[in-house]
Amino acid sequence: MNGARIIVESLKKEGVDTIFCYTGGAVIKIFDELYKHGEGLKLIQPRHEQGGTHAADGYARSTGKPGVVIVTSGPGATNTITGIATAYMDSSPLIVITGQVSSTLIGTDAFQESDVTGITMPITKANYLVKDIDDLAVTIKKSFFIATTGRPGPVVIDVPGDIQRQEADFNYPDTIELMSYRPKDTGHPKQIKSTIKLLSKAKKPLVLAGGGVNLSNATGEMNEFLDKTGIPVVHTLMGNGVNPADENQFLGFIGMHGTLYGNYAIQNADLIMAVGVRFSDRIVGNSETFAKNAKIIHIDIDPAEIDKNILVDLPIVGSAKSILKEINNVDLKIDITEWKNELINYKKENPLSYGKGKLIKPQHIIELAEKYFPEDTVVVTDVGQNQIWVAQYYRIKQPRSFLTSGGLGTMGYGLPAAIGAAVGNPDRQVVMFAGDGGFQMNMQELGIIRKYGLKVKMIILDNSYLGMVRQWQELLFEKRYSGTDMEFNPDFVKLADVFEIRSVFLKDPDKAETVIKELAESTESMLVHIAVDPDENVLPMVPAGKALDEVLTKL
Amino acid sequence: MKTDRILTDHIVSVLVHNNPGVLSKITSLVTRRGFNIDGISAGPTRQNDMFRLTIVVKGDDKSIEQIQKQLYKIIDVVKVAPIIKSRMVGREICLVKIKASLSDRHEVLQIINVFKANVVDVGGNGLIVEITGDSDKIDSFLALLESHQIVDVARTGIVAMNRWDRPYK
Ligand SMILES: Cc1ncc(C[n+]2csc(CCOP(=O)(O)OP(=O)(O)O)c2C)c(N)n1
Ligand SMILES: [Mg+2]
Repeated sequence: MNGARIIVESLKKEGVDTIFCYTGGAVIKIFDELYKHGEGLKLIQPRHEQGGTHAADGYARSTGKPGVVIVTSGPGATNTITGIATAYMDSSPLIVITGQVSSTLIGTDAFQESDVTGITMPITKANYLVKDIDDLAVTIKKSFFIATTGRPGPVVIDVPGDIQRQEADFNYPDTIELMSYRPKDTGHPKQIKSTIKLLSKAKKPLVLAGGGVNLSNATGEMNEFLDKTGIPVVHTLMGNGVNPADENQFLGFIGMHGTLYGNYAIQNADLIMAVGVRFSDRIVGNSETFAKNAKIIHIDIDPAEIDKNILVDLPIVGSAKSILKEINNVDLKIDITEWKNELINYKKENPLSYGKGKLIKPQHIIELAEKYFPEDTVVVTDVGQNQIWVAQYYRIKQPRSFLTSGGLGTMGYGLPAAIGAAVGNPDRQVVMFAGDGGFQMNMQELGIIRKYGLKVKMIILDNSYLGMVRQWQELLFEKRYSGTDMEFNPDFVKLADVFEIRSVFLKDPDKAETVIKELAESTESMLVHIAVDPDENVLPMVPAGKALDEVLTKL
Repeated sequence: MKTDRILTDHIVSVLVHNNPGVLSKITSLVTRRGFNIDGISAGPTRQNDMFRLTIVVKGDDKSIEQIQKQLYKIIDVVKVAPIIKSRMVGREICLVKIKASLSDRHEVLQIINVFKANVVDVGGNGLIVEITGDSDKIDSFLALLESHQIVDVARTGIVAMNRWDRPYK
């Protein structure tokens, strides 16, 4: 069997059903084998390899299966870089197969040669250049194993053209063991015991849920823990999706643009159980004052996250799912009525809020979308103010249902990620929110929605600004709006029209409800271009590096 | 307020699978996390496909711990062990090319003798000397030779191990 066919058969062995791929000279052979032997494999051809990579990422985050990408050498490979870096920062499992020039030409600056393993080294969990056809199948096996276990992440496999053409027997290993890679699933029993002890003694305990809860499919265990103990919960941007039965327990998301009550809870708790978080600077603010009254228990599968940004009192290394299961097995007796009442009152007195006016407020649109879209909708955002408003105002109640570029903050993520989610979830609704700036970074992907019969609902919150940066300029640079105006935005309705996608323009606040309802109920893809109040800011805001209680409620 | 970090030399011994690119993965990771590599040496071990690296980096204790954890995340890294200063056996080899006329040689040879260094090459205009020892010894050796004309110095960088436990307390 030739190398290209080995790749195709290996993907089938891994149970892959979808490949996001874009052809070129260095992968033409793989495409040929896909043509001849690709039964059961759906090929999605984006309009740009960056779009394809984000789409694979959106597919992976929403389904829990690894996203597979195949691109050609040189520019094909370099176009995936932003997508790979985005996936790496948010621990999303991708398998990116790149064609490479023939191994005899490597190092000669051959046509469309680029050092893909060199370029992707710092943004992959592992990467491989296959130099021997006999290593090909086992390298693919290894890559899937590494990408999907432990803390997930992208893996790149660079396959030279001659390796694709060489012949070898196809032996796909059933299992693989790597001496130097053995992720630990179960937490240390002693640490779990100490956790129980700390929890039962705490007067003001709080759970902080992070992306790891989604990634380890531990939302069920998390909700069970919250329901059993009644402990209040806050989450990070990536941890969206936890859903205690008692709404009073839920305090929203924390950090720079967290809710007042979420940040209050962090600063006043005496014990924080942080699950699958990495304490990023956007969450912590000032590490010296973060959770200054609390002992911190840190549950994470990656030992390198322990004590990295925040020194913790009790680390447990292992998967969120397995550790929460263990903790749920113990009957915890805690009485925290006073603490809960304190938080309920604080939340009542300090709700999220925004003003009303003649112009549409973006927050209102998000509330309407939450009202009309079903609970199992996959909600996707781009980056900027739109992203944070969705995180604040759209209550996500299902796991793996909030897709956003958290760590890298990649504008242009929204549309292709939504497309990937639609590919992987044909029975669910997918709604995307994007700003006028970010949407234009990958709007070419509108071109494949009709082609593959996908259903994607798109909302462009057009404030005619690179809003998030404009907000910083308002706060820190005396409104010198340098490089942030978007005056010559296209007519997005016409744009959708040329791609044969139904579209509506909305400006009148009184029509908002009807239009969003129509969007939610539409049986086909639809884009709503909304002119929103250009001066609206994301609030509250903790300026970078400040303590979570040094918060601005107006600019 | 900026808290001052106390930076000291730390030595980490790293056992790796000798797969393509592993050396650059390690050096790039250390650099990326904000450390300067002061010395690095690599060589095969008894197991066929394994290499041992000895890396010297400057950093505070906390960040060194972080570096070790990050190194473990490289799939080819099998073991990362800090070398503990008080228990370290460390050796370096240094070659020194010295310009020395016949009349100067006597003094140079005396220094060489005191340090138990070896002359490994003799030419009309000078010598090449090889010295093995811990880094301090090599530093002092070079300092003493300063008054002579050193043409070139090549050092291997340190290789190190932790000592056996003592049989008594
Ligand atoms: C690729 C990329 N380039 C630049 C930035 C910096 N940046 C962050 S938010 C933002 C503004 C986004 O504007 P828009 O997409 O209109 O969204 P809004 O904030 O107005 O909702 C910019 C430029 C980024 N995050 N990503
Ligand atoms: Mg905008």
